[in-house]
Amino acid sequence: MDATPESAFLAQVILRHRVEQFYIAEADLLDTRRFREWLALLDADIRYWMPVASNRETGKWDGEYTREGADLNWFDEGRFELEQRVEQIMTGLHWAEEPVSRTSHMIANLRVVEADDGRIDTHCRFFIYRNRNETETDFFVGKRHDRLRPDGGGFKIAAREIFLDQSVLQAKNLTLFF
Amino acid sequence: MSGGGARRYTGGLVNLDKGRISREIFTGQAIYDDELERIFARSWLFVGHESHVPEPGDYMLGRMGEESVIFNRDRHGRLHVFLNNCRHRGMRVCRYDSGNSRKFACPFHAWVFSDEGELIGVPKLESGYHNELDRSQWGLIEACVASYHGYVFACWDEETPAFEDYLGDLRFYFDDYCELPDGTHGDWEAFGGVFKWKVPCNWKFGAENFGGDYYHNPSHASVDAVVLSPAGTRGRHTYDTVSKTRAVHKLNILTKEGHNARGELFKDDYAYVPTYQEMAVVEDYFRDCYAKRQAKLGEKARWYGHGGTIFPNVSYSNGVQSMGTWHPSGPHETEIWRIFLAPKSAPDEVKNVLRHYVIRYQGPSGLTEQDDMENWSSAHQGARGTIAKRHDFHYGMGMGHERKGWPVSWLGGEIYATEDVSEQNQRAYYGRWARDMDRPPFQRKPLQAAE
Repeated sequence: MDATPESAFLAQVILRHRVEQFYIAEADLLDTRRFREWLALLDADIRYWMPVASNRETGKWDGEYTREGADLNWFDEGRFELEQRVEQIMTGLHWAEEPVSRTSHMIANLRVVEADDGRIDTHCRFFIYRNRNETETDFFVGKRHDRLRPDGGGFKIAAREIFLDQSVLQAKNLTLFF
Repeated sequence: MSGGGARRYTGGLVNLDKGRISREIFTGQAIYDDELERIFARSWLFVGHESHVPEPGDYMLGRMGEESVIFNRDRHGRLHVFLNNCRHRGMRVCRYDSGNSRKFACPFHAWVFSDEGELIGVPKLESGYHNELDRSQWGLIEACVASYHGYVFACWDEETPAFEDYLGDLRFYFDDYCELPDGTHGDWEAFGGVFKWKVPCNWKFGAENFGGDYYHNPSHASVDAVVLSPAGTRGRHTYDTVSKTRAVHKLNILTKEGHNARGELFKDDYAYVPTYQEMAVVEDYFRDCYAKRQAKLGEKARWYGHGGTIFPNVSYSNGVQSMGTWHPSGPHETEIWRIFLAPKSAPDEVKNVLRHYVIRYQGPSGLTEQDDMENWSSAHQGARGTIAKRHDFHYGMGMGHERKGWPVSWLGGEIYATEDVSEQNQRAYYGRWARDMDRPPFQRKPLQAAE
């Protein structure tokens, strides 16, 4: 009886640690431009969604983010579309990413919100620094809600919702992955 | 800089006889300041689509030049465009991107304005103003408004010609843009949300690019190598499969007003080319629309517009139905706003295909427009150097090869056309820009005694 809460807590800590290690490894793939290896982490039917934010009156925040599958979104994609983005960068002719940016993806405030045998829902904050050419510099900061699926010893990303803390995008493009 | 020398812009900084334009028009602060006064305060500017404010009380914020405006539908259903600026101290009276409201209140001293722009509430009207404030003189500053097939434009200058006259010979092409896929004029509906983003370049680069730059296609080599078209084939456009197998004139169209259009004129009628075979509802919709459009327009159905620029700062894109507005934010920065639309009566499957296609095509996450913005920001850098600025940009491609009213007489008014690539459209655009810049600046009227 005494051991049960402790082992449940330990299981949570271990799960959170595994998710964190997964995200650190994922960030490394993106930041070392191993984009095709990154694609291998995505579920075949992944939903990758980043809505557009707008300024709303206090208490009327329901419409603060545009709706998936209905409104304009910065991204509203699946695996195939993300593959096309990677292939475009890898042509070496995608001038918005040629030379390719230097990025550092940082993940913080990680929580496993809910988990069962088939899925793990996580919330975190992201901080992405991007520098390109000499002085071209951007910061992307926001919240990320993921759904992971256990896959062997690791995970596949089944869904990713990205909430950028900007209504007017303070960068000239979104050529990076979140 | 002194204002209004007759040859300062026309024939000077903008020397179209030689096909040369000074790089300073993209970078000079004084020139930029003149633009706000002589171009943006006098031109019809795009503010939004009627479907953004469908109900009484609906509003959305827009921009005219550097200034915020409220685009709303009042309680009686009338459209207005107000400067979002309190008459007392200039605070924004609306702080939300969109919503529904019957009044707009300044958070500084609580002057309150109605959805018709009247000043309806002033705190301390008795104890502070002793009832000596004539509220009728201090309502919101209102622009002239024109709704053209649901696309709403506004202008601050009552001396500017009415919108349809302002549009001039672009009407044929903008009408074509406003047509539904079946060739009729009906309702378009804007998708929720507005793409807004910042690009470190002068606002004119986007305007001239969308006005007539077929020459820059090499910069899209990377997107031509992947799948973007909803047809599921390599390439950018749904019409690629059509145009590659048909004889067409790929045309640049200039109007004397300096507006521009681009598009294809098919040399013969052509059969519908199946594009969405894997989506039966979508395929049926476009096949049906195609047949109706051919029947309605006859020979004119051979014109297939790609887009263009309405002077000074809005570009329309056919096919990926969108309006991109190049808002000036200082000489070295543009805030781009882009909206996307779909036929209101189309099935949801069709709307979804169009939405998905356009957001992958245009905007900062769009595979194609990303490269455009790289071009403009790099071109802008290239206009700034001390040594670089001594050397004009070359705008001479195709000079003297423009052909009036060609290749068919029905292409709308007094237009000139060139085929494939040329810079005639950019020359027409900057010709208009220079003429407007040479006009004397605004003179403030003497203070009225009544105020």
